[in-house]
Amino acid sequence: MNALILPSRALAGSTLVEPVLAVAGLTKVFSGREILQGLDFALSPGQSTALIGANGSGKSTLLRCLVRLVEPTSGRIAMLGQDVITLRPHELRRFRARVGIVWQRHNLVPRLSALSNVIHGVQARMSGPRAWFQSLAPADVRAEAMTCLARVGLADRASARVDSLSGGQQQRVAIARMLMQRPAFILADEPDASLDPQTGQEVMELLLGLVRQDGLSLLVISHRLEHTLAYSDRILGLANGRIALDLPTVQANAAALRRFFDHEGAA
Amino acid sequence: MTDATLSPPRFRHLGLPSYVVLLVVLALVVSSVAATAPSADKLVRGITRLFAPSGLFTQMVPPDFSRIEPISWKLLETLQMAVAGCFLGLIFAVPFAILATDRLSPHPVVRSIARAVIALFRTVPDLVWAIIFIIIMGLGPAAGVMAIMVDKIGFAGRFFAEAMEETDPGPQDALRAIGASRLGVIVSSVFPACLPSFTATSLFALEKSVRGSAALGLVGAGGIGVDLKVAFDLFNYDEALAIILLMLALVIAVEQGSGWIRRKLI
Ligand SMILES: Nc1ncnc2c1ncn2[C@@H]1O[C@H](COP(=O)(O)OP(=O)(O)OP(=O)(O)O)[C@@H](O)[C@H]1O
Ligand SMILES: [Mg+2]
Repeated sequence: MNALILPSRALAGSTLVEPVLAVAGLTKVFSGREILQGLDFALSPGQSTALIGANGSGKSTLLRCLVRLVEPTSGRIAMLGQDVITLRPHELRRFRARVGIVWQRHNLVPRLSALSNVIHGVQARMSGPRAWFQSLAPADVRAEAMTCLARVGLADRASARVDSLSGGQQQRVAIARMLMQRPAFILADEPDASLDPQTGQEVMELLLGLVRQDGLSLLVISHRLEHTLAYSDRILGLANGRIALDLPTVQANAAALRRFFDHEGAA
Repeated sequence: MTDATLSPPRFRHLGLPSYVVLLVVLALVVSSVAATAPSADKLVRGITRLFAPSGLFTQMVPPDFSRIEPISWKLLETLQMAVAGCFLGLIFAVPFAILATDRLSPHPVVRSIARAVIALFRTVPDLVWAIIFIIIMGLGPAAGVMAIMVDKIGFAGRFFAEAMEETDPGPQDALRAIGASRLGVIVSSVFPACLPSFTATSLFALEKSVRGSAALGLVGAGGIGVDLKVAFDLFNYDEALAIILLMLALVIAVEQGSGWIRRKLI
């Protein structure tokens, strides 16, 4: 299972513990353009890592490659002790169940209640009508979903239709759905992007809380310099298809990071 | 010399191909009308005959409601055929529509086949389906129900597929990324999003079924159409008018009811 030989450069970036994610020589070519040109890095468990980079630098592509929502062109990925690239379809489904994804858009099912949407997260390990709607869910699933909603501070809105909630509340319901998956690793693609500063900050705090209190690992893309500095242990910067920056957040200064943010100055 | 305040030309300048197309269309319309439409004097003679003392209109009015009881039972049978055929058609339209939808179909070949079947069911008129099912299963309402069902698979299959095609792919992708099964994705994310559209389509299908089922009896597939044909064949034109009025009442009642439900839901 851990037959992957990790390049020493990847190991150097982490501590001595077994990495929760190790990427080696990852490339992705889109219609002749090499978006990712051989990435190597490894992440230690229980950390929050920020992924930064200008628009179009391939951050979302990298995130999607990690769970093969986009098939990598070449390279190796070891995540949660599994060789991701060689997983067969049913194994891939079981692997994805352990990886929670928070999207820029919440991607909830409109017209359904917050509770039903959170219960959908149980489809990671359960199938059939009991996982489709809150009205059909068994008592223990409903109770767990309510705990997840309480975790994001929305227990009192359980039966509200999600399209009647505010943007920040919707994003929190999406996080609750992700918690329902019982994930070991969280990938977040600009979870703060479509939210106002205050709400975006609350969502980032929530995600960091999952790292600090529950020991989950987090890889989060953010376009906000202040969030990157405040909510990560380590920063990876993507530029020209490569990891152009890799340092602990405590050593980072705003000036060095600026070139990875479009709106902060020159590219 | 051009003036800056000159307004644009009233008509866009047409190229030669446009003139040719216009001419062909014009020729088609003129020749078609000339070949098939009734001439003016034929029309006038027809209308005079209609209202003559022994004409159709005069014999129809007043409508004869003396056999209202048996006619009402047949009207009920007509409605039952429509409801049964429509229900079965809607049920079977769902899997056909799923297979015909780009994002949900398991394979492009399956998708093409499903689309072809839906198109075939929709294109062949329900009266033709009725004749086919009469040959297969004999005269009577069962053939009518089958005809309505097949017609509805074609009708609803197309609109269900369009509705599913138009839904936001985000929630579906998110559930797929969780590891949800294909069926789970469809039922828990596609169906809820499509519910209003599915309901509207189903109500339209019911209206269409009721209108269609009244005519199916003309070819012997059960329902009130049989009585209408008999009334015409026996020159009982006043009873024929009674049947037509009752059919009209049924169709209007169903349309009003479904319109009311639609307004409630949207
Ligand atoms: N499915 C695809 N097909 C072809 N090209 C793609 C596809 N997805 C992404 N790309 C291209 O890959 C490049 C990287 O896209 P990606 O979305 O990963 O960037 P990003 O860093 O997430 O940008 P942003 O900050 O705007 O979200 C872009 O140039 C994009 O046009
Ligand atoms: Mg992106």
